[in-house]
Amino acid sequence: MDAYTVLIYFLPLGALIAGAAMFTGNLLSIKTKESAHKREAYECGEVIIGDARIQFKVGYYLFALLFVIFDVESLFLFPVARIFRGQVASGLAPHLLLDLAIFVVVLSLGLAYAWRKGALKWD
Amino acid sequence: MDYIQTTNFIGDWVRGLGLPWGLDRAVNGILGALTIAGVVMAGATLLVWVERKVSALIQSRLGPMRVGPWGILQSVADILKLLVKEILVPNGADRLVYFLAPMLPLTAAFMVLAVIPFGPTLQVANPDLGVPYLIAMGGIGVLGILIGGWASNNKFSLLGSLRSGAQMVSYEISVAVILLFITLVSGTTDLRTLVLTQQGTVLDWWVFKVPGLGLAAFVLYLISSTAELNRAPFDIAEAEQEIAAGYHTEYSGMGFAMFFLAEYGNLIASAGVAATCFLGGFLPPAIGVPAVDRALFAVPGLVWFALKVAALILGYMWFRWTFPRPRVDQLMALEWKFLLPVNLGLLSLGALFTAMGWVLP
Repeated sequence: MDAYTVLIYFLPLGALIAGAAMFTGNLLSIKTKESAHKREAYECGEVIIGDARIQFKVGYYLFALLFVIFDVESLFLFPVARIFRGQVASGLAPHLLLDLAIFVVVLSLGLAYAWRKGALKWD
Repeated sequence: MDYIQTTNFIGDWVRGLGLPWGLDRAVNGILGALTIAGVVMAGATLLVWVERKVSALIQSRLGPMRVGPWGILQSVADILKLLVKEILVPNGADRLVYFLAPMLPLTAAFMVLAVIPFGPTLQVANPDLGVPYLIAMGGIGVLGILIGGWASNNKFSLLGSLRSGAQMVSYEISVAVILLFITLVSGTTDLRTLVLTQQGTVLDWWVFKVPGLGLAAFVLYLISSTAELNRAPFDIAEAEQEIAAGYHTEYSGMGFAMFFLAEYGNLIASAGVAATCFLGGFLPPAIGVPAVDRALFAVPGLVWFALKVAALILGYMWFRWTFPRPRVDQLMALEWKFLLPVNLGLLSLGALFTAMGWVLP
């Protein structure tokens, strides 16, 4: 568990270093005079129409959903992957191989379903 | 000739102080954070210059030549310039999120580098779940990009961040499956042990083991990680011709510098993971001739690791100027309709090969 304790101390420090850099930048920077156009969003010099809190393509959500499914499922495979090699000698490997195959097939069926339903199409 | 008998002088010294309440681990964390921050800052500064020089040479130009010999101080000058530039907050931006966003990817890059074994004793922490930890930390960097693009209140930023997010999460799955493959064939999730499973000669590196599959996994990892890093040719997130600078269009000064640092921090981290998993990490390229190997082992592990990482990074840069950029739909199709099925097949074959004992070259 030692490694995780070190990492827990490491996390806020890493964030602090990033924060300190931002703070120093803000402190040292030369502030220019405010004007009507200074803080306008840069949209290639065009006059801005409305703000950017707009509706966007739902396709992005579909990919995010698929990501969650596959990422979680790949996490489920880690325990098998971790012990697999050690079990080869004990003769448990064919059993594990079958388990793994079933899991990967179910995973692929999920992908095939999304593919068939057109979730992977970008238009 | 191996690295089993290793000591960590600084770690031993810190533990020897007998600090109460787990403070020794805090000291370890502090030293680690400072070292990693130094590595990222110095590495990124150097890499920006190398990147500009390499791209210039590939395009028959000279690249930066003015600041220092061969322009080597160019990126130092750039950093000084960025430091004194005002951090502009655009109208209607979500201030808190706007300032938080550039810090997240950099912190994530630090967290990944914390578990990479730079040398036999040079590693901030070695969690026994190192490989799943890498995947978990990879997911955090995306958040910074997504919220940064949204908070900027700029349509180009929003589109860029969404594209970037969709691309990064998609390719992260490929990276996860390849790391799963490495876990499966090596039987360990702890990164230091993973390096030590590659002891012996060059042929014992995972890239050459598991006949053919190791090499395939290595190549697939390089492709997926290039896309995950948002690097050209997969840089649709900041395709200049289409959406200005993508998610960091509105960031100036240090805000922009943070995103930039994170990008190069992640580049070092990705190359580090590739070197650790496939190229024997800090192990020297031994060839099995005792006299030669003795000389190779005399060189510190850090040097070998740095050389491997440098070679991989040069590969990423070369890749950048060799291939044209695919369209958004082509990029997503490449991942979901090609790389992911191929990787799942690779994983299954890896399991079969391991079960049959066809692991050694």
